[in-house]
Amino acid sequence: MAENRDFMNRRLHSLLGVIPIGIFLIQHLTVNFFATRGAEAFNAAAHFMESLPYRIFLEIFIIFLPILFHAIYGLYIVFQGKSNTTRFGFFRNWMFLIQRITGVYLLIFIAWHVWQTRVQASLGADVNYDMMADILSSSFMLVFYIIGVLSATFHFSNGLWSFLVSWGITVTPRSQRIATYATAVIFVALSVVGMSALLSFINPDLANM
Amino acid sequence: MSEDKQVRFIITRQDSPDNEPYTEEFNLTYRPNMNVISALMEIRRNPVNAEGQETSPVVWDMNCLEEVCGACSMIINGKPQQSCTALVDHFEQPIKLEPMRTFPVVRDLIVDRSQMFDSLKKVKAWIPIDGTYDLGPGPRMAENKRQWAYELSKCMTCGVCLEACPNVNDNSDFMGPAPVSLVRLYNAHPTGEMNKSERLEALMGEGGIESCGNSQNCVEVCPKGIPLTTSIAALNRDTSLQAFKNFFGSDRA
Ligand code: SF4
Ligand code: FES
Repeated sequence: MAENRDFMNRRLHSLLGVIPIGIFLIQHLTVNFFATRGAEAFNAAAHFMESLPYRIFLEIFIIFLPILFHAIYGLYIVFQGKSNTTRFGFFRNWMFLIQRITGVYLLIFIAWHVWQTRVQASLGADVNYDMMADILSSSFMLVFYIIGVLSATFHFSNGLWSFLVSWGITVTPRSQRIATYATAVIFVALSVVGMSALLSFINPDLANM
Repeated sequence: MSEDKQVRFIITRQDSPDNEPYTEEFNLTYRPNMNVISALMEIRRNPVNAEGQETSPVVWDMNCLEEVCGACSMIINGKPQQSCTALVDHFEQPIKLEPMRTFPVVRDLIVDRSQMFDSLKKVKAWIPIDGTYDLGPGPRMAENKRQWAYELSKCMTCGVCLEACPNVNDNSDFMGPAPVSLVRLYNAHPTGEMNKSERLEALMGEGGIESCGNSQNCVEVCPKGIPLTTSIAALNRDTSLQAFKNFFGSDRA
Protein backbone atom coordinates (compact mmCIF):
# COMPACT_ATOMS: atom_id res chain seq x y z
CA MET A 1 0.00 0.00 0.00
CA ALA A 2 3.07 2.24 0.19
CA GLU A 3 2.57 3.56 -3.31
CA ASN A 4 -0.92 4.71 -2.31
CA ARG A 5 0.38 6.98 0.45
CA ASP A 6 -0.74 10.24 -1.18
CA PHE A 7 -4.14 8.77 -1.84
CA MET A 8 -4.56 7.63 1.75
CA ASN A 9 -3.30 10.91 3.20
CA ARG A 10 -5.59 12.95 1.03
CA ARG A 11 -8.63 10.86 1.91
CA LEU A 12 -7.69 11.00 5.58
CA HIS A 13 -7.33 14.78 5.31
CA SER A 14 -10.82 15.01 3.86
CA LEU A 15 -12.32 12.68 6.45
CA LEU A 16 -10.68 14.33 9.47
CA GLY A 17 -12.02 17.71 8.34
CA VAL A 18 -15.55 16.43 8.87
CA ILE A 19 -15.00 13.81 11.59
CA PRO A 20 -13.88 14.83 14.14
CA ILE A 21 -12.92 18.44 13.34
CA GLY A 22 -16.26 19.48 11.84
CA ILE A 23 -18.16 17.86 14.68
CA PHE A 24 -15.91 19.59 17.18
CA LEU A 25 -16.51 22.94 15.47
CA ILE A 26 -20.27 22.55 15.83
CA GLN A 27 -19.89 21.54 19.46
CA HIS A 28 -17.55 24.47 20.14
CA LEU A 29 -19.87 27.00 18.52
CA THR A 30 -22.79 25.54 20.47
CA VAL A 31 -21.01 25.98 23.79
CA ASN A 32 -20.10 29.54 22.78
CA PHE A 33 -23.74 30.18 21.97
CA PHE A 34 -24.49 29.95 25.70
CA ALA A 35 -22.98 33.44 25.88
CA THR A 36 -26.19 34.78 24.34
CA ARG A 37 -27.87 33.76 27.61
CA GLY A 38 -25.42 35.75 29.69
CA ALA A 39 -22.07 35.39 31.39
CA GLU A 40 -23.23 32.89 33.97
CA ALA A 41 -24.76 30.50 31.47
CA PHE A 42 -21.61 30.59 29.34
CA ASN A 43 -19.33 29.99 32.32
CA ALA A 44 -21.41 27.02 33.41
CA ALA A 45 -21.25 25.50 29.91
CA ALA A 46 -17.50 26.13 29.62
CA HIS A 47 -16.85 24.62 33.02
CA PHE A 48 -18.92 21.58 32.13
CA MET A 49 -16.69 21.01 29.09
CA GLU A 50 -13.59 21.53 31.21
CA SER A 51 -14.73 18.98 33.74
CA LEU A 52 -15.32 16.18 31.24
CA PRO A 53 -13.55 12.99 32.31
CA TYR A 54 -10.26 12.01 30.60
CA ARG A 55 -10.41 15.46 29.02
CA ILE A 56 -6.77 15.50 27.99
CA PHE A 57 -7.27 12.35 25.84
CA LEU A 58 -10.36 13.80 24.23
CA GLU A 59 -8.43 16.94 23.46
CA ILE A 60 -5.42 15.14 22.03
CA PHE A 61 -7.22 12.56 19.90
CA ILE A 62 -10.36 14.43 18.87
CA ILE A 63 -8.97 17.93 18.56
CA PHE A 64 -5.23 18.39 18.64
CA LEU A 65 -3.83 15.58 16.46
CA PRO A 66 -6.55 15.70 13.77
CA ILE A 67 -6.24 19.48 13.43
CA LEU A 68 -2.46 19.26 13.31
CA PHE A 69 -2.56 16.69 10.51
CA HIS A 70 -5.30 18.55 8.66
CA ALA A 71 -3.37 21.82 8.90
CA ILE A 72 0.02 20.50 7.82
CA TYR A 73 -1.29 18.36 4.99
CA GLY A 74 -3.62 21.19 4.01
CA LEU A 75 -0.68 23.57 3.62
CA TYR A 76 0.99 20.98 1.40
CA ILE A 77 -2.17 20.92 -0.73
CA VAL A 78 -2.22 24.74 -0.90
CA PHE A 79 1.32 24.82 -2.26
CA GLN A 80 0.45 22.29 -4.96
CA GLY A 81 -2.17 24.57 -6.52
CA LYS A 82 -1.86 27.70 -8.62
CA SER A 83 -5.09 29.63 -8.49
CA ASN A 84 -6.40 30.87 -11.81
CA THR A 85 -9.67 32.61 -10.99
CA THR A 86 -8.73 35.62 -13.14
CA ARG A 87 -8.70 33.39 -16.21
CA PHE A 88 -11.44 31.00 -15.14
CA GLY A 89 -13.92 32.84 -12.94
CA PHE A 90 -16.29 29.92 -12.39
CA PHE A 91 -18.16 29.55 -9.09
CA ARG A 92 -16.41 26.34 -8.04
CA ASN A 93 -13.01 27.75 -8.94
CA TRP A 94 -13.66 30.63 -6.53
CA MET A 95 -14.74 28.16 -3.86
CA PHE A 96 -11.47 26.28 -4.50
CA LEU A 97 -9.49 29.50 -3.92
CA ILE A 98 -11.48 30.69 -0.89
CA GLN A 99 -11.17 27.22 0.67
CA ARG A 100 -7.38 27.63 0.53
CA ILE A 101 -7.34 31.24 1.73
CA THR A 102 -9.60 30.46 4.71
CA GLY A 103 -7.51 27.38 5.44
CA VAL A 104 -4.31 29.40 5.75
CA TYR A 105 -6.09 32.09 7.77
CA LEU A 106 -7.47 29.44 10.11
CA LEU A 107 -4.00 28.04 10.67
CA ILE A 108 -2.91 31.43 12.04
CA PHE A 109 -6.20 32.14 13.81
CA ILE A 110 -6.46 28.78 15.54
CA ALA A 111 -2.81 28.85 16.63
CA TRP A 112 -3.39 32.27 18.19
CA HIS A 113 -6.76 31.33 19.65
CA VAL A 114 -5.34 28.19 21.29
CA TRP A 115 -2.46 30.21 22.70
CA GLN A 116 -4.85 32.84 24.08
CA THR A 117 -7.25 30.37 25.68
CA ARG A 118 -6.19 26.73 26.08
CA VAL A 119 -2.50 27.41 26.69
CA GLN A 120 -3.32 30.19 29.15
CA ALA A 121 -5.72 27.84 30.90
CA SER A 122 -2.98 25.30 31.44
CA LEU A 123 -0.85 28.13 32.81
CA GLY A 124 -3.51 28.76 35.41
CA ALA A 125 -5.80 31.32 33.78
CA ASP A 126 -9.56 30.87 34.03
CA VAL A 127 -11.23 30.56 30.63
CA ASN A 128 -14.54 32.31 31.12
CA TYR A 129 -16.83 35.03 29.82
CA ASP A 130 -14.63 37.80 31.24
CA MET A 131 -11.57 36.47 29.47
CA MET A 132 -13.33 36.53 26.09
CA ALA A 133 -14.92 39.90 26.81
CA ASP A 134 -11.47 41.21 27.62
CA ILE A 135 -9.93 39.81 24.42
CA LEU A 136 -12.75 41.08 22.24
CA SER A 137 -12.76 44.55 23.78
CA SER A 138 -9.96 45.38 21.37
CA SER A 139 -11.51 46.14 18.01
CA PHE A 140 -8.53 44.58 16.22
CA MET A 141 -9.11 41.29 18.03
CA LEU A 142 -12.84 41.51 17.39
CA VAL A 143 -12.25 41.76 13.63
CA PHE A 144 -9.60 39.02 13.83
CA TYR A 145 -12.14 36.76 15.57
CA ILE A 146 -15.04 37.63 13.28
CA ILE A 147 -13.00 36.73 10.21
CA GLY A 148 -11.72 33.64 12.02
CA VAL A 149 -15.18 32.33 12.86
CA LEU A 150 -16.53 33.07 9.37
CA SER A 151 -13.49 31.35 7.85
CA ALA A 152 -14.12 28.32 10.01
CA THR A 153 -17.80 28.03 9.11
CA PHE A 154 -17.03 28.54 5.42
CA HIS A 155 -14.10 26.14 5.39
CA PHE A 156 -16.20 23.49 7.11
CA SER A 157 -19.28 23.90 4.90
CA ASN A 158 -17.39 24.01 1.63
CA GLY A 159 -15.09 21.24 2.87
CA LEU A 160 -18.15 19.12 3.58
CA TRP A 161 -19.21 19.63 -0.04
CA SER A 162 -15.78 18.50 -1.27
CA PHE A 163 -15.79 15.60 1.17
CA LEU A 164 -19.00 14.33 -0.44
CA VAL A 165 -17.35 14.50 -3.88
CA SER A 166 -13.95 13.19 -2.82
CA TRP A 167 -15.41 10.08 -1.24
CA GLY A 168 -17.70 9.51 -4.19
CA ILE A 169 -20.95 10.12 -2.30
CA THR A 170 -22.26 12.88 -4.58
CA VAL A 171 -21.45 11.84 -8.14
CA THR A 172 -24.02 13.36 -10.48
CA PRO A 173 -24.22 17.10 -11.23
CA ARG A 174 -27.67 17.19 -9.65
CA SER A 175 -26.53 15.61 -6.38
CA GLN A 176 -23.56 18.00 -6.29
CA ARG A 177 -25.87 20.96 -6.84
CA ILE A 178 -28.18 19.86 -4.04
CA ALA A 179 -25.10 19.49 -1.81
CA THR A 180 -24.10 23.05 -2.74
CA TYR A 181 -27.43 24.37 -1.49
CA ALA A 182 -27.36 22.21 1.62
CA THR A 183 -23.84 23.26 2.59
CA ALA A 184 -24.70 26.91 1.88
CA VAL A 185 -27.52 26.62 4.42
CA ILE A 186 -25.11 25.01 6.89
CA PHE A 187 -22.67 27.88 6.33
CA VAL A 188 -25.31 30.54 7.02
CA ALA A 189 -26.70 28.72 10.05
CA LEU A 190 -23.30 28.13 11.68
CA SER A 191 -22.24 31.69 10.91
CA VAL A 192 -25.33 33.07 12.65
CA VAL A 193 -24.56 30.88 15.67
CA GLY A 194 -20.90 31.94 15.73
CA MET A 195 -21.57 35.64 15.21
CA SER A 196 -24.28 35.83 17.89
CA ALA A 197 -21.88 34.26 20.36
CA LEU A 198 -19.05 36.64 19.46
CA LEU A 199 -21.28 39.70 19.73
CA SER A 200 -22.58 38.48 23.10
CA PHE A 201 -19.11 38.87 24.54
CA ILE A 202 -19.13 42.59 23.82
CA ASN A 203 -22.64 43.14 25.10
CA PRO A 204 -22.45 44.84 28.54
CA ASP A 205 -26.01 43.74 29.44
CA LEU A 206 -25.09 40.08 29.10
CA ALA A 207 -21.84 40.50 31.06
CA ASN A 208 -23.79 41.09 34.28
CA MET A 209 -26.25 38.25 33.82
CA MET B 1 -14.61 50.09 -49.27
CA SER B 2 -11.58 52.29 -49.77
CA GLU B 3 -9.45 50.46 -47.24
CA ASP B 4 -9.61 46.75 -46.43
CA LYS B 5 -10.75 45.77 -42.95
CA GLN B 6 -7.80 44.67 -40.81
CA VAL B 7 -7.45 42.02 -38.13
CA ARG B 8 -4.82 42.50 -35.43
CA PHE B 9 -3.06 39.57 -33.76
CA ILE B 10 -0.77 39.68 -30.73
CA ILE B 11 1.17 36.42 -30.63
CA THR B 12 3.34 35.17 -27.79
CA ARG B 13 6.42 33.69 -29.38
CA GLN B 14 9.36 31.73 -28.10
CA ASP B 15 12.28 30.67 -30.26
CA SER B 16 13.19 27.49 -28.39
CA PRO B 17 12.29 25.73 -25.13
CA ASP B 18 15.02 27.66 -23.27
CA ASN B 19 14.44 31.11 -24.76
CA GLU B 20 12.42 33.84 -23.10
CA PRO B 21 8.95 34.41 -24.56
CA TYR B 22 8.15 37.72 -26.31
CA THR B 23 5.15 39.08 -28.16
CA GLU B 24 4.92 40.09 -31.77
CA GLU B 25 2.01 41.85 -33.49
CA PHE B 26 0.61 41.21 -36.93
CA ASN B 27 -1.99 43.01 -39.05
CA LEU B 28 -3.85 40.95 -41.61
CA THR B 29 -6.46 41.77 -44.18
CA TYR B 30 -9.85 40.51 -43.06
CA ARG B 31 -11.50 37.79 -45.09
CA PRO B 32 -15.00 36.46 -44.41
CA ASN B 33 -15.10 33.25 -42.32
CA MET B 34 -11.44 33.61 -41.44
CA ASN B 35 -10.31 31.45 -38.52
CA VAL B 36 -7.19 31.53 -36.38
CA ILE B 37 -5.44 28.80 -38.38
CA SER B 38 -6.10 30.50 -41.71
CA ALA B 39 -4.70 33.69 -40.19
CA LEU B 40 -1.59 31.82 -39.04
CA MET B 41 -1.24 30.37 -42.54
CA GLU B 42 -1.41 33.89 -43.93
CA ILE B 43 1.40 34.95 -41.58
CA ARG B 44 3.41 31.95 -42.68
CA ARG B 45 2.90 32.94 -46.33
CA ASN B 46 3.99 36.50 -45.68
CA PRO B 47 5.88 36.74 -42.36
CA VAL B 48 5.86 40.51 -41.88
CA ASN B 49 4.93 41.94 -38.49
CA ALA B 50 2.85 45.03 -37.71
CA GLU B 51 5.96 47.24 -37.87
CA GLY B 52 6.47 46.08 -41.43
CA GLN B 53 9.58 44.09 -40.58
CA GLU B 54 10.25 40.67 -42.00
CA THR B 55 10.23 38.06 -39.24
CA SER B 56 10.35 34.30 -38.86
CA PRO B 57 7.03 32.60 -39.56
CA VAL B 58 5.00 31.73 -36.46
CA VAL B 59 4.81 27.98 -35.93
CA TRP B 60 1.86 26.04 -34.54
CA ASP B 61 0.56 22.50 -34.45
CA MET B 62 -2.45 21.15 -36.33
CA ASN B 63 -3.75 18.03 -37.92
CA CYS B 64 -7.44 17.30 -38.48
CA LEU B 65 -8.71 20.89 -38.86
CA GLU B 66 -12.12 19.80 -37.59
CA GLU B 67 -11.73 19.69 -33.80
CA VAL B 68 -11.17 15.99 -33.36
CA CYS B 69 -7.41 15.65 -32.90
CA GLY B 70 -6.69 18.36 -30.31
CA ALA B 71 -3.28 19.21 -31.77
CA CYS B 72 -4.05 22.86 -32.53
CA SER B 73 -5.02 23.80 -28.95
CA MET B 74 -3.75 27.18 -27.75
CA ILE B 75 -4.86 30.08 -25.60
CA ILE B 76 -6.95 32.52 -27.58
CA ASN B 77 -7.87 35.73 -25.75
CA GLY B 78 -7.13 34.04 -22.43
CA LYS B 79 -9.16 30.88 -23.04
CA PRO B 80 -7.61 27.56 -24.04
CA GLN B 81 -9.33 26.11 -27.11
CA GLN B 82 -8.79 24.68 -30.58
CA SER B 83 -7.55 27.24 -33.08
CA CYS B 84 -8.95 25.36 -36.08
CA THR B 85 -12.53 26.06 -35.03
CA ALA B 86 -11.85 29.55 -33.64
CA LEU B 87 -13.58 31.94 -36.04
CA VAL B 88 -12.08 35.41 -36.07
CA ASP B 89 -15.58 36.94 -36.11
CA HIS B 90 -16.24 35.48 -32.65
CA PHE B 91 -13.33 37.25 -30.97
CA GLU B 92 -12.66 40.72 -29.70
CA GLN B 93 -9.76 42.49 -31.39
CA PRO B 94 -6.84 42.36 -31.02
CA ILE B 95 -6.76 38.58 -30.89
CA LYS B 96 -4.13 37.31 -28.49
CA LEU B 97 -2.57 33.90 -29.13
CA GLU B 98 -0.46 32.17 -26.48
CA PRO B 99 0.80 28.60 -26.05
CA MET B 100 -0.69 26.47 -23.26
CA ARG B 101 2.06 26.99 -20.71
CA THR B 102 0.96 24.10 -18.52
CA PHE B 103 2.98 22.06 -21.02
CA PRO B 104 6.60 22.63 -22.03
CA VAL B 105 6.74 25.04 -24.96
CA VAL B 106 8.61 23.65 -27.96
CA ARG B 107 8.45 26.77 -30.08
CA ASP B 108 5.96 29.65 -30.48
CA LEU B 109 2.51 28.05 -30.14
CA ILE B 110 3.67 24.43 -30.16
CA VAL B 111 3.67 22.62 -26.83
CA ASP B 112 4.74 19.13 -25.87
CA ARG B 113 1.77 17.20 -24.50
CA SER B 114 3.61 13.90 -24.04
CA GLN B 115 2.89 13.98 -20.29
CA MET B 116 -0.72 13.22 -21.21
CA PHE B 117 0.34 10.22 -23.25
CA ASP B 118 2.46 9.02 -20.33
CA SER B 119 -0.59 9.27 -18.06
CA LEU B 120 -2.67 7.24 -20.51
CA LYS B 121 -0.01 4.53 -20.37
CA LYS B 122 0.05 4.73 -16.59
CA VAL B 123 -3.69 4.19 -16.20
CA LYS B 124 -3.79 1.57 -18.97
CA ALA B 125 -6.22 3.54 -21.10
CA TRP B 126 -6.82 0.69 -23.55
CA ILE B 127 -8.50 -2.69 -23.68
CA PRO B 128 -6.05 -5.61 -23.79
CA ILE B 129 -7.25 -8.14 -26.34
CA ASP B 130 -3.95 -9.59 -27.52
CA GLY B 131 -3.41 -13.27 -26.84
CA THR B 132 -1.63 -16.28 -28.30
CA TYR B 133 -4.87 -17.52 -29.83
CA ASP B 134 -8.11 -16.00 -31.09
CA LEU B 135 -10.17 -15.07 -28.05
CA GLY B 136 -13.35 -14.82 -30.09
CA PRO B 137 -15.82 -11.93 -29.94
CA GLY B 138 -16.15 -10.09 -26.63
CA PRO B 139 -19.40 -9.63 -24.71
CA ARG B 140 -21.93 -7.27 -26.27
CA MET B 141 -22.57 -3.85 -24.85
CA ALA B 142 -26.09 -2.55 -24.36
CA GLU B 143 -26.94 0.15 -26.90
CA ASN B 144 -27.79 2.79 -24.29
CA LYS B 145 -24.53 2.09 -22.50
CA ARG B 146 -22.65 2.32 -25.79
CA GLN B 147 -24.17 5.73 -26.44
CA TRP B 148 -23.16 6.88 -22.99
CA ALA B 149 -19.63 5.52 -23.42
CA TYR B 150 -19.35 7.21 -26.80
CA GLU B 151 -19.56 10.60 -25.10
CA LEU B 152 -16.59 9.71 -22.88
CA SER B 153 -14.67 8.37 -25.86
CA LYS B 154 -14.73 11.78 -27.56
CA CYS B 155 -11.70 12.93 -25.56
CA MET B 156 -8.98 14.04 -27.99
CA THR B 157 -6.21 14.53 -25.39
CA CYS B 158 -6.19 18.20 -26.33
CA GLY B 159 -4.99 19.30 -22.89
CA VAL B 160 -7.48 22.14 -22.44
CA CYS B 161 -8.76 20.63 -19.19
CA LEU B 162 -5.21 20.37 -17.86
CA GLU B 163 -4.53 23.97 -18.82
CA ALA B 164 -7.63 25.08 -16.87
CA CYS B 165 -6.89 22.96 -13.80
CA PRO B 166 -5.30 24.89 -10.91
CA ASN B 167 -3.76 21.66 -9.64
CA VAL B 168 -1.89 20.77 -12.83
CA ASN B 169 1.39 22.72 -12.67
CA ASP B 170 5.08 22.43 -11.83
CA ASN B 171 4.36 22.04 -8.10
CA SER B 172 2.19 19.00 -8.53
CA ASP B 173 2.39 15.74 -10.44
CA PHE B 174 -1.38 15.53 -10.93
CA MET B 175 -2.19 13.85 -14.24
CA GLY B 176 -5.29 15.99 -14.72
CA PRO B 177 -8.93 15.21 -15.47
CA ALA B 178 -8.72 13.61 -18.94
CA PRO B 179 -7.00 10.32 -17.98
CA VAL B 180 -9.38 9.90 -15.03
CA SER B 181 -12.37 10.09 -17.32
CA LEU B 182 -10.80 7.57 -19.69
CA VAL B 183 -10.43 5.10 -16.83
CA ARG B 184 -14.17 5.37 -16.44
CA LEU B 185 -14.63 4.66 -20.14
CA TYR B 186 -12.41 1.57 -20.20
CA ASN B 187 -13.69 0.26 -16.88
CA ALA B 188 -17.24 0.45 -18.22
CA HIS B 189 -16.41 -1.64 -21.27
CA PRO B 190 -17.37 -5.31 -20.81
CA THR B 191 -13.91 -6.52 -21.80
CA GLY B 192 -12.03 -3.57 -20.33
CA GLU B 193 -13.73 -4.28 -17.03
CA MET B 194 -11.50 -7.32 -16.62
CA ASN B 195 -8.61 -4.98 -15.80
CA LYS B 196 -10.69 -2.63 -13.68
CA SER B 197 -8.72 -2.90 -10.46
CA GLU B 198 -5.38 -2.40 -12.23
CA ARG B 199 -6.59 0.92 -13.60
CA LEU B 200 -8.00 1.92 -10.22
CA GLU B 201 -4.67 1.10 -8.58
CA ALA B 202 -2.92 3.32 -11.13
CA LEU B 203 -5.34 6.15 -10.35
CA MET B 204 -4.58 5.71 -6.66
CA GLY B 205 -0.86 6.02 -7.31
CA GLU B 206 1.29 9.12 -7.42
CA GLY B 207 -0.22 12.06 -9.28
CA GLY B 208 -3.51 10.23 -9.42
CA ILE B 209 -7.11 11.10 -8.68
CA GLU B 210 -6.45 12.28 -5.10
CA SER B 211 -4.83 15.48 -6.37
CA CYS B 212 -8.17 16.72 -7.69
CA GLY B 213 -9.19 19.78 -5.67
CA ASN B 214 -12.72 20.04 -7.10
CA SER B 215 -12.31 23.41 -8.77
CA GLN B 216 -14.40 21.91 -11.59
CA ASN B 217 -12.89 24.17 -14.25
CA CYS B 218 -12.32 21.14 -16.49
CA VAL B 219 -15.96 20.40 -17.11
CA GLU B 220 -16.60 24.06 -17.95
CA VAL B 221 -13.85 24.24 -20.58
CA CYS B 222 -13.81 20.81 -22.26
CA PRO B 223 -14.59 21.44 -25.94
CA LYS B 224 -16.15 17.98 -26.23
CA GLY B 225 -18.54 18.52 -23.33
CA ILE B 226 -17.22 15.45 -21.52
CA PRO B 227 -18.76 15.14 -18.01
CA LEU B 228 -15.30 15.22 -16.40
CA THR B 229 -16.39 16.05 -12.85
CA THR B 230 -19.00 13.30 -12.91
CA SER B 231 -16.28 10.89 -14.04
CA ILE B 232 -13.94 12.08 -11.29
CA ALA B 233 -16.60 11.69 -8.60
CA ALA B 234 -17.56 8.24 -9.96
CA LEU B 235 -13.91 7.19 -9.85
CA ASN B 236 -13.62 8.67 -6.35
CA ARG B 237 -16.35 6.22 -5.41
CA ASP B 238 -14.66 3.30 -7.17
CA THR B 239 -11.27 4.05 -5.64
CA SER B 240 -12.87 4.36 -2.18
CA LEU B 241 -14.26 0.86 -2.59
CA GLN B 242 -10.94 -0.38 -3.97
CA ALA B 243 -9.14 1.11 -0.95
CA PHE B 244 -11.50 -0.69 1.43
CA LYS B 245 -10.97 -3.94 -0.49
CA ASN B 246 -7.21 -3.49 -0.36
CA PHE B 247 -7.28 -2.78 3.34
CA PHE B 248 -9.77 -5.33 4.58
CA GLY B 249 -9.26 -7.90 1.86
CA SER B 250 -11.91 -9.25 -0.45
CA ASP B 251 -12.85 -12.72 -1.62
CA ARG B 252 -13.31 -11.33 -5.13
CA ALA B 253 -10.51 -10.28 -7.42
S1 SF4 C 1 -11.32 15.77 -21.54
FE1 SF4 C 1 -11.94 17.39 -22.97
S2 SF4 C 1 -10.55 19.10 -22.47
FE2 SF4 C 1 -9.66 17.29 -21.55
S3 SF4 C 1 -8.20 16.51 -23.03
FE3 SF4 C 1 -10.14 15.41 -23.41
S4 SF4 C 1 -11.22 16.64 -24.94
FE4 SF4 C 1 -9.56 17.93 -24.15
S1 FES D 1 -6.42 20.61 -35.93
FE1 FES D 1 -7.31 18.90 -34.95
S2 FES D 1 -8.48 19.86 -33.40
FE2 FES D 1 -7.75 21.55 -34.51
